[in-house]
Amino acid sequence: MHPAFSVIFLTTLIGAAQGLFLALFTAQSYAAFKLLPQPDAHAFYGQGSLLALVLAALGLGASFFHLGHPERAWRAASQWRTSWLSREVIVLPAFMGLVFLYGLAHWLEWHPVLTTLPGGLPVDPTAILGVAGTVLAFALFVCTAMIYACLKFLAEWHSPLTVANYILLGGASGFTLAAAFATQTAPELVGFLAGWAAIITAVGFVSRCASLYRNCRLKPKSTLRTAIGVKHPKIVQKTQGFMGGSFNTREFFHGKSVALLRSIKWFFLLAAFLLPLALLVIGMQGGAAVLAMAFLIQYLGLLAERWFFFAQANHPQNLYYQSIA
Amino acid sequence: MTQLALVIDLNVCVGCHACVTSCKEWNTSGSAGPMGDQNPYGADPTGTFFNRVQTFEVGEFPNTETVHFPKSCLHCEEPPCVPVCPTGASYKRKEDGIVLVDYDKCIGCKYCSWACPYGARELDEQQKVMKKCTLCVDRIYDMTMAPEDRKPSCVKACPTSARLFGDVHDPESAVSVAIRESGGYALMPEWGTHPANHYLPRRKTRIKIHEDELERADNPLKVDRQLPKPGMAEPTLDDVTTW
Repeated sequence: MHPAFSVIFLTTLIGAAQGLFLALFTAQSYAAFKLLPQPDAHAFYGQGSLLALVLAALGLGASFFHLGHPERAWRAASQWRTSWLSREVIVLPAFMGLVFLYGLAHWLEWHPVLTTLPGGLPVDPTAILGVAGTVLAFALFVCTAMIYACLKFLAEWHSPLTVANYILLGGASGFTLAAAFATQTAPELVGFLAGWAAIITAVGFVSRCASLYRNCRLKPKSTLRTAIGVKHPKIVQKTQGFMGGSFNTREFFHGKSVALLRSIKWFFLLAAFLLPLALLVIGMQGGAAVLAMAFLIQYLGLLAERWFFFAQANHPQNLYYQSIA
Repeated sequence: MTQLALVIDLNVCVGCHACVTSCKEWNTSGSAGPMGDQNPYGADPTGTFFNRVQTFEVGEFPNTETVHFPKSCLHCEEPPCVPVCPTGASYKRKEDGIVLVDYDKCIGCKYCSWACPYGARELDEQQKVMKKCTLCVDRIYDMTMAPEDRKPSCVKACPTSARLFGDVHDPESAVSVAIRESGGYALMPEWGTHPANHYLPRRKTRIKIHEDELERADNPLKVDRQLPKPGMAEPTLDDVTTW
């Protein structure tokens, strides 16, 4: 497939936004159970939510560049019964709305006790908004990933590993960002957040390697024999019906060399996983610059990872477009 | 239920591209808007087509066969492109099974083209919407046309009658008979899309000539065996008598 930068930015930016929100609410949950010191709610949760909101908004903005008719984008919410893309279109603004309310509640330090849990733990609006936001963050990961994973003839995507990778890679970049952000607003949480970021990055590395391992062993189900229905072992395309390009030759081929593809794979394995992992372990003691670097490198790595994710998918329609003349 | 479809006979297609040009001509002139071309007279022309004719070579020289392969939307009975559409612009008509795109609802997200294993959909760079074969839906129901003209433009244009059009759910229709009796098959059956369009395979036409068809068994010159048996090149009685 031809990787579209609008979709690459959309998926990486909202992934980081979701991960950041999950990191904020994880910290809040730990603090509620007195496992962590209570940070400055106004700065850490309030500004952190604003940061997540900005990232999600940038991602949403990027997605419009993918559309031929962005002014009709509202129509995309109508087919949620059958289309994962439609579901994503609904869940993304809903998630952003909840992040906004969550951040607002913390910003205004609105903590009336609504009820108490059996252990005597007070429940305030931020806890309820946080739980709802967490559900939506995961729902959004699933929607985004299922857009790709549900296409059964794109074998490289049609796997539960696609969903796992979207959750883990989005989570990793969000927690890394949260750790870097905490150096400014909640230094007492840096170690905790960087630790979780390192764990999620490591698990994401394993899961992404698993999908790379799976993808290089795939055997295409469709061949030229099934594509044109001629049962002969040797079929060669002589013309594809036109001399210039077409939508089919532009949209489904990345047009890059195997060597470039391979170097991008090694780059993202290094930049999205191994380097940030090392920097996170180093920065666990609170190095602001190291953690900021970790996030920037990881985000660049994830851009490359997403580019590779699209480029690696081999569409069966390519069987029909192998030779110009 | 009706399922309109094309049956394409690969045994007769000569790869002349008449279906491609007549399709483009009809569909670019319709009320749905032109099928845009970019740089049509330049070095790298490109544009929207609903139908393409491709050519494949099967076998190894000297035992090769050239297969001309027309390819357009197959109007699948289980179209994978329809449920993925986020706006409902892609739909399959209940009354005749034609898969269509509502150009006024399409947002041009290209997701349906990813979901089609056949590459049957093309984004029109001019109108920025997804386009595909409509089975000439603006033609086949046009009562102002003569009944024999109410067929897709490609079918009308084919000089070798390689393209048949009809209801594949009606067992007595010409297309159903052709599929049943001439080994009609669907493309990429492995995906369960159940394409409505079918293809008829290449067939070898062979004549078996028996010995007695070459040599008249009832040649009177040799029936009674009184005369020496005439050679194969010798005239028969029919040629030598004047009656």
